[in-house]
Amino acid sequence: MTVRSTVLLALAVIVATFALAVLGLSVGSTGLENVVKYWLSPATSIDHASMAREIIWEIRLPRTLGAWAAGALLGLAGALAQGLFRNPLADPFLLGSASGASLGVAIALVVLGGGTGLLGNASMISSELSVSVFSSNVWVRLGLTGAAFIGAILAVFLTLLLSRGVGHTLRLLLSGVIVGVVLGAATHLVLLFSPDVLQAMQSFILGSTVFVGWTSAILMVVVWCFCCVAVWLLGRVLDGLSLGDATAFTLGLPVAPMRLALVLVLALATGTAVAQTGLIAFVGLAAPHLVRSLIKTTSTNLMLLASLAGGLLLLAADILARGLIAPQELPVGVLTAVLGGGYLLWLMHAGSARRVGTL
Amino acid sequence: MRILIYVWSFLRNGFLLAAFFSPVCAQNITVVDDRGVSVTFEHAPKRIVSLLPSLTETVCALDQCHRLVGVDRYSDFPKMVQRLPQVGGGLDPSVEAIVALRPDLVLIGTSTRAADHLRTLGLNVVALDTKTHVDVERVMIKIGQLLEVPDPHKVWRSIDAGVSSAAQSLPPSLRGTRVYYEVDPGPYAAGETSFIGETLTRLGVKNIVSAELGAFPKLNPEFVVRANPDLIMVGQRSAVGMTQRPGWSRISAVRNKKICVFPADQSNVLVRPGPRMAEAAQIMANCLSTHSSTTGLLKP
Repeated sequence: MTVRSTVLLALAVIVATFALAVLGLSVGSTGLENVVKYWLSPATSIDHASMAREIIWEIRLPRTLGAWAAGALLGLAGALAQGLFRNPLADPFLLGSASGASLGVAIALVVLGGGTGLLGNASMISSELSVSVFSSNVWVRLGLTGAAFIGAILAVFLTLLLSRGVGHTLRLLLSGVIVGVVLGAATHLVLLFSPDVLQAMQSFILGSTVFVGWTSAILMVVVWCFCCVAVWLLGRVLDGLSLGDATAFTLGLPVAPMRLALVLVLALATGTAVAQTGLIAFVGLAAPHLVRSLIKTTSTNLMLLASLAGGLLLLAADILARGLIAPQELPVGVLTAVLGGGYLLWLMHAGSARRVGTL
Repeated sequence: MRILIYVWSFLRNGFLLAAFFSPVCAQNITVVDDRGVSVTFEHAPKRIVSLLPSLTETVCALDQCHRLVGVDRYSDFPKMVQRLPQVGGGLDPSVEAIVALRPDLVLIGTSTRAADHLRTLGLNVVALDTKTHVDVERVMIKIGQLLEVPDPHKVWRSIDAGVSSAAQSLPPSLRGTRVYYEVDPGPYAAGETSFIGETLTRLGVKNIVSAELGAFPKLNPEFVVRANPDLIMVGQRSAVGMTQRPGWSRISAVRNKKICVFPADQSNVLVRPGPRMAEAAQIMANCLSTHSSTTGLLKP
């Protein structure tokens, strides 16, 4: 609960993140190697040095930053969902918002012509405004993020509508699962009728950090900063809410508008991450529990720490994904599911009754 | 007693003679499919349902298209099969529709569980697997023998000659062109051991994805940037936004606009391990020669 332990944990996570980021710059298609060596050494040819520079600058740096930012957004969204719905099982996936976001992306791609859709044509391969999941055009990225945001909001509201409020935990979770499954099925249905989009979306559905470029990375970092500020301003309502709606109300907190604002932040964080990297499982669920198992702190601190932890987790998973069987890759979503799921299981069984109580 | 023996030997000899003079009437055809199941036919099948496009094309390449009574939803070549009833996909066939067509042979891929189901319903199911050039030849000969086509080897030889002539049509300067073939924006590549990779090898070009990476590896895109291919081949569906991928602008093929984008109908020819492999080789050869003439010499 002390401020000191919170600061210490934050520092430790940040240091680990920087260490992993440096490692991330050194892991590529040939496994672990020091590319900076080629860059700085005068002995290498100009061509070799420029290739090393571009690989670091254009591929590894944005990808490393992007993986971290996506993890940070998901960690933040997870902690926010858990606090907002007073439920340790809540995460962007269980509430259906991630499925809603991916449905939004799929519909946007089909309508705007990912490949050869309504507005597309065969010459789009080199055109700047080609609409694709992996496009790096800033307008395309913003558009997809907007679609994912709208999809995520609608999904969360649909879940809340079906569960008739957040009061009943079981009802909330069941509605979330139902909305997630139905929207996931709707996404597959949309893709079934547009085989042109299907192929690109397949790797997207598994979660992929492969083609994260500067546009996506910067977009995610900007949204992350915005979400952090919002959470910092609104976080105290969650402390009030953890004591029950009535207590929060008597504390003088404007519960309803603050809660609505936090739902919007949740949808924004989820939508932005999903629009750039697809469905990456378990980061949002595991990160808050990781923090909670280490310290007890206020809701605001928990969310910010969970965000840092989420970034760390996804960064680590991304480095493993590209390093383990280089030059081949593992889908990063599969790795996070295995690592995050395994970690949660361990936490569940290793914890005493007391810790399970906090889970 | 003795009379009985005479009668018996008379009858037996009679049967032997009959068998000797009319060898056709009782000769069964037995094939062992790629799952090791042996299937026996009393006569060459006349009502065939094919659940894999490459097998449909093989039947038709043997000039036996008229025996097909139903195909899967992906079989679209030759044109006449588009008129046949569709019975679902290879992985999710409509079993009822197949049974209703009363086929005496169902051709199917090995990667589907439907084969066992169809077999329990009493249908003659032959599961065949084509992944390489050698497979295409083997499957073609097997189906040819089953359908009692006079000389299936001849059909194969002409296909094989077509691939060779496509290779010979390429100017020697294009030999060793470094090619990257992307089958899916995962990105999944066609490696040297894949069917597509074998065709590229026979054309004399260098695949940047070597054999030890497997047939269709999911690559780190950085690998492609480093390998710096002279030419990229890709289907239209996965080509969108390819040039905008992080760092790809420095790839020689992207800089020199040497990217062949195959429309869906050409992609089908290229990716199906079947009798149109000569046509596939020709499409690739055309891609190579078109892009060599527009922007000067390719680096060796």
